[in-house]
Amino acid sequence: MPIKIAVASGKGGTGKTTVTVTLFHYIKENITSKVQIADCDVEEPNSSIFFDDLKPIESKEVLQMIPSINTDRCSFCKKCVDYCEFNATVVIPGVGFAEVNSALCHSCGACLYACPEDALTEKSHAIGQLIKFGNNQETPLIEGKLKVGSAMQTMVINHLVNDDWLNGDIILYDAPPGTSCSVVSTVSQANYIILVTEPTPFGLHDLKLMIELVRKLNKPFGVIINKADKGFEETNTYLMSEGIEILAEIPFRVDYASSYAQGSILKNIPGDINAAYSKLISNLKNKWVHYA
Amino acid sequence: MKIAITSTNNSLDSTFDLRFGRAAYFCIFNTEDLSTEFIENKNVNTKSGAGNKAAQTIIESGVSRVISGDFGPKAKDMLNKFKIQMVMLDDDSKTISSIIEQLKSNNNYA
Repeated sequence: MPIKIAVASGKGGTGKTTVTVTLFHYIKENITSKVQIADCDVEEPNSSIFFDDLKPIESKEVLQMIPSINTDRCSFCKKCVDYCEFNATVVIPGVGFAEVNSALCHSCGACLYACPEDALTEKSHAIGQLIKFGNNQETPLIEGKLKVGSAMQTMVINHLVNDDWLNGDIILYDAPPGTSCSVVSTVSQANYIILVTEPTPFGLHDLKLMIELVRKLNKPFGVIINKADKGFEETNTYLMSEGIEILAEIPFRVDYASSYAQGSILKNIPGDINAAYSKLISNLKNKWVHYA
Repeated sequence: MKIAITSTNNSLDSTFDLRFGRAAYFCIFNTEDLSTEFIENKNVNTKSGAGNKAAQTIIESGVSRVISGDFGPKAKDMLNKFKIQMVMLDDDSKTISSIIEQLKSNNNYA
């Protein structure tokens, strides 16, 4: 069984992707070469821009099954309308109109069950794709990409994390920001969750929401404080009072930030950042032994 | 013909509701006999598809024109399918009766 690690944050811009990509590099150097990233930020996947040597080599569509109503069979009884939790079905008896709105449908299948006339059949609609990035030797990155206009982030994420393209020993999930459904879909399927925060009032506020979420999901987790030398002590005080493990404190370096902006975080990692990650890796190595 | 006006409550002195899918009531004004009727929007607090559902209510009421603040994309699609005219008004201080008076005085139902 692969070890599945989600990197999440609550607040956006704290360094999820930076930590995921850098951690990928250190795991590859120190633990196993069979490590992969699943970019679960399906609305705006961007892990791939940090890998110059990888190209998209294969893709497959993520399909959602959406029922369509055959008005020749439909008796306009509206049972499907009553059953639909998402108000996706519209049936207007007077004019013989019956339709499922694909943008509202969650493919739960309740309308198919409700229909006494067998008037509904499912048809597949593309809502996004999975893209495999690789080179001649390996495929270390799989990206989920939601189609513009679709609101089914969770469905694309579920397809991504369960896809057999993810066959490494350690899989890193680069989670979307926030604490909504798409984040739940990502972190609920992980063995361990790394929460990346920044020491600011906003960062701490959203970290608390995220901690509430992972505690509800009963998942083991630890916190990385990124840009740690910014002088906001409340984050450390809070984590200590809650007995939450600080996995690493990564200092802020302007030159490192500019490497990020150029898409090359893995070249010229500053000494103190390297030290923080090296320490982190030996800590995680001991932890993850239990999940393998 | 029937004209629907989105309303914050169920009487003629209620103020105009700028929202369509999540309006509290729909006032149905009949231009033939000048009668009015208030239909409660049962889906005002629904999780999703409020506009789709409101459009369905409007279509089933035999309305030809709707007056509201604005219309979401799904409601717009549905109302368009049934050639129901959408009129946008951005003044939520107006009462339902003042809007009806305006419609009567313009006598512009066509």
